[in-house]
Amino acid sequence: MTGHTGAALEIRGLSKAYVAGKPVLHGIDLEVEGQGITAVIGPSGTGKSTLIRCINRLVEPSAGEIRLHGQDLARLRGRSLRLARRRIGMVFQEYNLVERLTVMENVLSGRLGYVPLWRAWLRRYPSEDVARAFTLLDAVGLPEHATRRADALSGGQRQRVGIARALMQEPELLLADEPTSSLDPKTSVEIMELIATLCSEAGIPVIVNIHNVALARRFARRIVGMAGGRIVFDGPPEALEDSHLVDIYGGEEWL
Amino acid sequence: MTGIAGPIARELRGPTAPLMREWTRFSPRQRLARYTVWLAIVAALVWSVRSIEIIPEFLWDAPEQMADLLVRMWPPDLRYYPDAVHAALIETIHIATLGTILSFGMAVPLALLASRVITPFAVLNGFAQLLLVASRSVNTLVWALVFVAVFGPGAAAGVMAVAFRSIGFVGKLLAEALDETASGPVEALRAAGAPWGSVVLKGYWPQVQPAFWGIALFRWDINVRESAVLGLVGAGGIGVVLDDALNFFQWDKAATVLLAIFAVVIVAEIFVTRVRARLI
Repeated sequence: MTGHTGAALEIRGLSKAYVAGKPVLHGIDLEVEGQGITAVIGPSGTGKSTLIRCINRLVEPSAGEIRLHGQDLARLRGRSLRLARRRIGMVFQEYNLVERLTVMENVLSGRLGYVPLWRAWLRRYPSEDVARAFTLLDAVGLPEHATRRADALSGGQRQRVGIARALMQEPELLLADEPTSSLDPKTSVEIMELIATLCSEAGIPVIVNIHNVALARRFARRIVGMAGGRIVFDGPPEALEDSHLVDIYGGEEWL
Repeated sequence: MTGIAGPIARELRGPTAPLMREWTRFSPRQRLARYTVWLAIVAALVWSVRSIEIIPEFLWDAPEQMADLLVRMWPPDLRYYPDAVHAALIETIHIATLGTILSFGMAVPLALLASRVITPFAVLNGFAQLLLVASRSVNTLVWALVFVAVFGPGAAAGVMAVAFRSIGFVGKLLAEALDETASGPVEALRAAGAPWGSVVLKGYWPQVQPAFWGIALFRWDINVRESAVLGLVGAGGIGVVLDDALNFFQWDKAATVLLAIFAVVIVAEIFVTRVRARLI
């Protein structure tokens, strides 16, 4: 009995307290289906990032279940945790590229979970990985940049590399932690468009933390609003009204 | 007025306003602490001058002695160079290079152990740091004395002395470089399911690579200078020639040796600066 209901990701009673007695997440329940973008919105410090990082265990959950296609990620340790992480891609606010490596090596490092150490050391990645990396660089619009160093790229270009690296994993789920917060408005839209297009083509569900409500409405097919470590809204973008935004962010003057 | 408003403004306008606007850089307690430190420095100076017992006569004729020495050393007799100095100079550079390479073999594992981000066990960090401090607390010349006793006089003792003194230096700087790496890229690789070895190789190593080569070159540069004096305790290199020349009062030969060391240090400095500029 796994409690598997057909959702790609199933979170049950997820709690996290960095300091005992001061929980950041209060028993989150969330199911994410096998496709489309789910946007998590909410004020800073409300636990959006913690929620997303609990899923791939960059943050240790204090209690609860996180099932990816039935497998409880919250209980995994050591090698089995590592193998489960390969199935989850992640895109970061600060891109988190290795600055002194080339674009190609950054993209290929998405395969490090699959490639043995000696191959990574000698840079002898399997040829199908290299071919896939070139395909992804084409897809994110950086075909000419394979040999440039990551620190020579602009913010938008770096995030494109970040997306390519995450998709190198051939993930079953993509997590995006504020992927556009460091980018200008135009680039933000382009990045969200890229995530939306590539993930829908590959049939990968996306969970994205996002500050920009307009972007969330535009690209997500479902919006989850959080406040004070709890989910206070869950529904399609059309259902999100100003009253909900007051619940999520508080105050009214800013609307 | 738009700058200051509300309760702060009200307080500034009160009868105590001029008093509240007074400002001093240090509190009385801080001032007392500063005077105490100055007093301690002066006391230490007086104490040390008294305890080294300078003999005034020797101090007064020091310029004379110095001039005499320089006259005897000048001109350096470069004829000594091909036969006596050159081979010893090359040996010195070899001692420095071998010693540096050997020290890295031991310092890298210790640095990995000493770095808090790589080894999240405080006990192991402390143990590695203890070894690194032990290596640094002993001067190269003292290490040389120890290894001359073990290996007998010669370059082998010199190489070991240089290596053991360098471990602490290299290990400490490397561990610090590791601790200062950005956590973001490392987190990204862990999130991709990369095993520990791959995270170190592709997450940490590219970040510390410039520091690594910088430390290697800097330490080699120091070791060239240090191995020049190792001969004074019988651990090989150009110091042996210098020691002999001094013992036999061959001042022009000693001057040639000093000149050779000076030239090597300059060349090493230029080489190291050039290479380091290309590393980053």
